[in-house]
Amino acid sequence: MIFDFAICAHVQSAPSATQDVAMSVEARERRQPWVLLAPALGAVTLLLLVPLLFIVVYSFWLRSAVGPDTAGFHLDNWQRALTDPFYRYILLNTLKIAAITTFFCALLGYPAAYFITRSSGNKLILLLLLMLPFWISYIIRTMSWINILGSSGALNTALMSMGVISSPIQMLYNEATVILGLVHFLLPFMVLNIYVSLDGIDTNLEDAATSLGATRWQAFTQVTLPLSLPGLAAGGLLCFVLGAGTYITPLILGGPRDAMFANLVFEAIITQLNWPMGSALSLLLLIVLGALVALYNRYLGMSQLTKGLG
Amino acid sequence: MGAVTLNNIVKRFGTFTAVEQTSMQIPEGSFTTLLGPSGCGKTTTLRMIAGLLDPSEGEIIINGKRVNDVPIHKRNLGLVFQNYALFPHKTVADNVGFGLRYRNVPRADIARRVQDALELVQLPQVANRYPKALSGGQQQRIALARAIVIEPDVLLLDEPLSALDANLREDMRVELKNIQSRIGVTTVFVTHDQSEALAMSDQIVVMSDGKVEQVGAPEEVYNTPASEFVARFLGASNILGGRCLSRGPDGAVLEVPVFGKVIVPSAKAPHLAGEGAAKLVIRAEKLLLRDAPPESGAFSAPATVETVDYQGQSVRYFVRAGDTQLQAINMIDERPFAVGAQVHLTLRPQDCAALPG
Repeated sequence: MIFDFAICAHVQSAPSATQDVAMSVEARERRQPWVLLAPALGAVTLLLLVPLLFIVVYSFWLRSAVGPDTAGFHLDNWQRALTDPFYRYILLNTLKIAAITTFFCALLGYPAAYFITRSSGNKLILLLLLMLPFWISYIIRTMSWINILGSSGALNTALMSMGVISSPIQMLYNEATVILGLVHFLLPFMVLNIYVSLDGIDTNLEDAATSLGATRWQAFTQVTLPLSLPGLAAGGLLCFVLGAGTYITPLILGGPRDAMFANLVFEAIITQLNWPMGSALSLLLLIVLGALVALYNRYLGMSQLTKGLG
Repeated sequence: MGAVTLNNIVKRFGTFTAVEQTSMQIPEGSFTTLLGPSGCGKTTTLRMIAGLLDPSEGEIIINGKRVNDVPIHKRNLGLVFQNYALFPHKTVADNVGFGLRYRNVPRADIARRVQDALELVQLPQVANRYPKALSGGQQQRIALARAIVIEPDVLLLDEPLSALDANLREDMRVELKNIQSRIGVTTVFVTHDQSEALAMSDQIVVMSDGKVEQVGAPEEVYNTPASEFVARFLGASNILGGRCLSRGPDGAVLEVPVFGKVIVPSAKAPHLAGEGAAKLVIRAEKLLLRDAPPESGAFSAPATVETVDYQGQSVRYFVRAGDTQLQAINMIDERPFAVGAQVHLTLRPQDCAALPG
């Protein structure tokens, strides 16, 4: 109060000068966040938004068998992307694989996250171990399954030397191995998200619940699980979106019939050199996944997701 | 309702012993406070009674029954935490009714008992709100309602008032004590705040370094501390190290700095065995500053006022008598003594307590 009064008195004695100073301070404070954001905004605009705009434009062009693509506004690519039953099948299959992957990530990730939250001393080491796989290339991690599951891989060799089987079993290159590879890749994202939300839950809550007569399990299902659902949902969204957008895992661990939607984009652009069609397909996937993110944001809010990433 | 007995309880965490060989009796229906500085083992003791921690040794008896192996959800105890620990995703009514759902109480009875409990804590109108929408004091009342609605054998309160601001804390202190005496539940209250302990308790257990220092009624613990720790922890005390010259039926004769020979009544020296090193405990508010030496019957010594800490109705003085600095808290009518004033310290025999050195 005294301080306020002093400022008032000062303003009255020299109004113009003080106001000028106040204005410039205010203007500087208003400018400061934009100055700090500018490099990132510039990078995002130049490297993400502008190329995306190119892709949007490309998707309305037409591919010519010879010579340059035909520029213009043609809906042919979009029509094919939306009506071709093959594309629709692959899209649904992609969403199915992403959903199954997300389910297994949640199933395996929740107990791990719970364990890390409740471990007292070595929490940091456990979190570090969780991040460790990120230091190795995703492709190498995916390829490692070939050494384990391949016909002369660790598992087949072990089974054969134990006499369980006489010739190698074909374990690789099917939908199951694609899901396995995706779970391997995405599990840390799930664990981290659940961990963040579990870590924010007061452990006294479970103690309070058990003191009121709930068993440990009831206390978990009644209190801890519902309170951690936002983290589970955030992890689920990340796993689903990353899983549905992948093309390396099905390329390395899938068979010819296990292509996912991103493989179609890869195929169209790299193999067939059909950039307009590839653009339409990639935008279709972007729209489907974007709609999912929008739904999530509508019901759970984006803040939970950023919490998990931080 | 039940009494709680701890027999030679020990709790070790690895090599660290949090509670050493502790025994105590908590009478049925009493309000017993575990008082001590942080890290003294009071919360560990409470958590062992609750069943949140298992004692390393010893036994815990509630209602005459050994409960060491009874899991927490079967002990029928009400637990209130410092941070309230209300379930944020449940309404107040669902929070309060939580324990009743595990006790086969019919749905209609749950609603009625929840409402009764909310009325007991004077918040009948908030049943459908979420904890977030309540103030700290209101949340703590709901936490209390949730703990007592299950009619627990023992109510365990872990520093329930320390998260509240000062004024609210004093109001809640009175109200908590009222509710406790109304329902008559055996209550164990953990705090580091001596004034809470003195104001609310039937029995205070003073703890330090995992050991019980003294058990007694508030007046007993305050007036006749059993150890130097208790004397220092409760209130402001002056402790003068000296010798006990003799111990007779009329009292103990101590020779101490400042006052010379002092006779402490027997009742005030229960722990003093006989001759040897001894300490004289003088409460700061019993040490009076006077202009003139007192009439006979009181001990006296000249001193100089060094610091004056004026607090309106009372003053806290630091005075120097020879090499010794003493603290005195005196009620005053008018002006306090000035710094540098020559005064006579006055002390009545019944206001001293003696401890073995």
